[in-house]
Amino acid sequence: MSWKKALIPLACVPVIILLAYGFRSDPRAIPSPLLQKAAPNFRLAVFDGEDMMLDSLKGKPVVLNFWASWCYPACYEEAPLLESAWRKYKEQGLIMVGVAIQDKEANIREFMRRFNFTFPNGPDPGSKISIDYGVYGVPETFFIDRQGRIAYKHVGVLTPALMEVKLQAILRGN
Amino acid sequence: MGGRVTQPRMDRDIPPARHGRGRVALLIGLLLMIPLAALAASAATSVSPDLEDRVREIASELRCVVCQNLSVADSPSELAKEMRNLVRELVQQGKGREEIQAYFQSRYGDFILLEPAKRGFNLLVWCLPFVALLVGACGVYLAARRWTERREEAKPVVDPVYAERVRRELREREGSGRS
Repeated sequence: MSWKKALIPLACVPVIILLAYGFRSDPRAIPSPLLQKAAPNFRLAVFDGEDMMLDSLKGKPVVLNFWASWCYPACYEEAPLLESAWRKYKEQGLIMVGVAIQDKEANIREFMRRFNFTFPNGPDPGSKISIDYGVYGVPETFFIDRQGRIAYKHVGVLTPALMEVKLQAILRGN
Repeated sequence: MGGRVTQPRMDRDIPPARHGRGRVALLIGLLLMIPLAALAASAATSVSPDLEDRVREIASELRCVVCQNLSVADSPSELAKEMRNLVRELVQQGKGREEIQAYFQSRYGDFILLEPAKRGFNLLVWCLPFVALLVGACGVYLAARRWTERREEAKPVVDPVYAERVRRELREREGSGRS
């Protein structure tokens, strides 16, 4: 085969590589540049409680969940898992924090009542916390280790198995 | 919150007008103050067009993360609105375009930029069209050259003996035609 004939299949190689790269990645997923970096500090006006600042939780593993009452059915499916994980691991020092985004107070309270939320939750006026965490949808969950670094970010509904694995990782401190 | 609120004592600060002329003067004074107060209020609440232009300029370079191919400036979504407000706040704090872009990039990565940064893998996006154009132009040039060469090769080769014979016969025919 002459080199001219080999040129045609050779020219296809970069196109195939480009297509493979494109198909391998999820076009809707936005990779977070915050992973393994210090979690941005925030002040959350917790319902029926004192303001909470992330900086004051250093040394404790934190699960930060962004949700909304209008996020149906995803947030409704995930809510019982959050509450049960919190009840299971709070004695081991786990901090679970919920941030309700672009929501009305009455709806947030109704959602919390419906799922018997006992962990701290608060609104995010102006979506400041959400933008600071690069949130682009709900639900999104950040697992913050004892050093205050974002160990893992999950977009969408958490499964019990994934929740367990990621919780164990931040509780162990690795 | 809920501290004491002290109301101004108008009756003590403004002496009562004893004569009619004094009342008229006071009334005129108050009437004159109305447009001034309105002007001051509008200046305090209006947004500078320069600031809005700057916010729009910066927001138009940021991608709306919940839309399809829309900038933060053009998107009607709630998140884009909040992002515009944040851009406005940062501009008011004296932050520049690069600083604001860097902030959003540090939160959402390169995805947030509508125009990809000219580095790394993204360079392909910038260079590939020009490379493709160059390769295409070379291809067209080579193909055109080959076609012209073939055309020249395909020209019929005439035997000089026959050619001479045709010329001679043509001359003879022309000669006989005149006579």
